[in-house]
Amino acid sequence: MAFLTLEKLTKKFGTHLAVDGLSLDVEKGEFIALLGPSGCGKTTTLQMIAGFVEPTAGAIRLEGRDLLATKPAKRGLGIVFQSYALFPHMTVAGNVAFGLEMQGVAPAERTKRVAETLDLVGLGAFSGRFPRQMSGGQQQRVALARALVIRPNILLLDEPLSNLDAKLREEMQIELRQIQRTVGTTTILVTHDQAEAMALSDRIVVMNQGRAEQIGPPHEAYERPATPFVANFLGKTNLVNGSTVRPEKISFGPSGLAGKVRTRIFQGNHWLYQIDTDGGLVTVIRQNTGEAMPVEGAAVHLVWTATP
Amino acid sequence: MRVAPYLLSLPALLLFAGVVIVPLVMTVLLSFHDWGQYKGIEPVFVLKNWQEVLSDSYFHEMFWRTFRIAFFVTLLAAMFGAPEAYILNRMKSPWRGLFLLVILGPLLISVVARTLGWALLFGGNSGLVNKALISMGLISAPLPFMFTETGMVVALAHVLMPYMVLAVWAALQRLDPQIENAAVALGAGPFTVLRRIVLPQVMPGILSGAIIVFALAASAFATPAIIGGRRLKVASTLAYDEFLNTLNWPLGAAVAVLLLVALIAVVVGASRLVERRYAQVFG
Ligand SMILES: Nc1ncnc2c1ncn2[C@@H]1O[C@H](COP(=O)(O)OP(=O)(O)OP(=O)(O)O)[C@@H](O)[C@H]1O
Ligand SMILES: [Mg+2]
Repeated sequence: MAFLTLEKLTKKFGTHLAVDGLSLDVEKGEFIALLGPSGCGKTTTLQMIAGFVEPTAGAIRLEGRDLLATKPAKRGLGIVFQSYALFPHMTVAGNVAFGLEMQGVAPAERTKRVAETLDLVGLGAFSGRFPRQMSGGQQQRVALARALVIRPNILLLDEPLSNLDAKLREEMQIELRQIQRTVGTTTILVTHDQAEAMALSDRIVVMNQGRAEQIGPPHEAYERPATPFVANFLGKTNLVNGSTVRPEKISFGPSGLAGKVRTRIFQGNHWLYQIDTDGGLVTVIRQNTGEAMPVEGAAVHLVWTATP
Repeated sequence: MRVAPYLLSLPALLLFAGVVIVPLVMTVLLSFHDWGQYKGIEPVFVLKNWQEVLSDSYFHEMFWRTFRIAFFVTLLAAMFGAPEAYILNRMKSPWRGLFLLVILGPLLISVVARTLGWALLFGGNSGLVNKALISMGLISAPLPFMFTETGMVVALAHVLMPYMVLAVWAALQRLDPQIENAAVALGAGPFTVLRRIVLPQVMPGILSGAIIVFALAASAFATPAIIGGRRLKVASTLAYDEFLNTLNWPLGAAVAVLLLVALIAVVVGASRLVERRYAQVFG
């Protein structure tokens, strides 16, 4: 039996179907990413699990028990909100301690656990600061510590990294994955960034207009997308002679599909090519190995092995 | 130095100087002039009025009453205004607009009309509410309202409530909409969320509303004039009386200036305190 089960979960706002019969089994300790374009119902799904939005139909079960019968305050979930929703009038330590206070943890034990958790997210030295006095990335880690310290059985993260710049986001992704590995908390992450979803999760749920289009490990979804929507959403694709091919799977060879380089763009670790062929425009990504590469206007041949 | 900004603010500065600074300076000067029943105002420099205002227990009582009333008005406005703003903020779309109008309504009606309304409801034996309560046998004598401090406090609190509601409302608007959910998810009950999360964050709003209400209550004229009449005077009605009934303008000026100075001291002191207390947290 799965740890957390969503059963045909549905939410209607008026006549608009925000979430449409979503079913999902989450194993204990698993890291799940809900991935999809804006407005596809990711936040609504998360808020239904948290208990702040009531489902129109369907069921949510935690270890077989009906979670919908439990009040939001009693569900024991750790939530990191998109806006962090830190308590601005409390110090970092006060923020993190709040959940323990609500659980009635004794002051001495509370102080110890707050310090431990702040160390875990690398903020041990900041416990006396107010949220206003910290950077976005630090605030995000406070939010994470506040959610982790109560030792939740499930961690819900709503686009927790969307406000960070690219470099900090990458650092936080690595940190998040590490923390999740160490603590082993079942985690559901909402994001619209496919790279983030693939980097972090054990399985991704690709959502579109309230429905799950594909549920599976990132690699599988990327290599064997169930629908054209999934294929397009997870990365660039080419439709050549009736089959879909990822741009990085195509290379230049002595023979193959003939074409002419229309544009080439240097992107640091790789080159991005647009090639005119008889089968239409083809996008090709080649690793930058330092070797000389075909220039614009050059005649090339494209080769690839078809995916099973 | 750039000249344009100063030039641009010149008209406003001139207007301010003309209608505020000049009359104020004249009032201060007036408070040092002499006055006699038959000789009228004499433009000399005496400290007589100030000595009288500062030493006579009649004036002490008057100022003490003024600030006592202002304090209770502020308390009442905070006790009712803050929850009112919170409930209003949680209302859904059509109701919110409607009730906001109801709450701001008093601001749209003349103070005189509003206060006369209170007088009609509670004034003496013929007041509607008193009559109804007596005929129901709930009370034997009419509730005293006219010429009482309680009456003044209630009427002033009603008049000034919108300022408190607006100040708290503005503070509530700045609240992260998810912040209450965040506390609930951590296991907090509704009362704990209010006390530990919402109240501390709207406290600056309540305090700034309190400063406005206090200042307006202490300097209010129309409401104390109608409810207190000449029997129960406060500083502003006292100054008015000295000007227009006794015709002792210099003494009236001294009362008015003292009220102003005392109010400025209270308001500046209070806002300093609030700023220092919350600068670190809310920046
Ligand atoms: N309270 C609400 N009332 C009416 N419609 C709503 C409400 N909340 C969400 N919706 C609608 O439901 C749909 C799903 O919203 P949701 O917030 O779950 O999207 P999302 O996938 O989280 O998008 P994003 O990536 O932009 O955050 C949207 O079309 C949205 O307009
Ligand atoms: Mg969302």
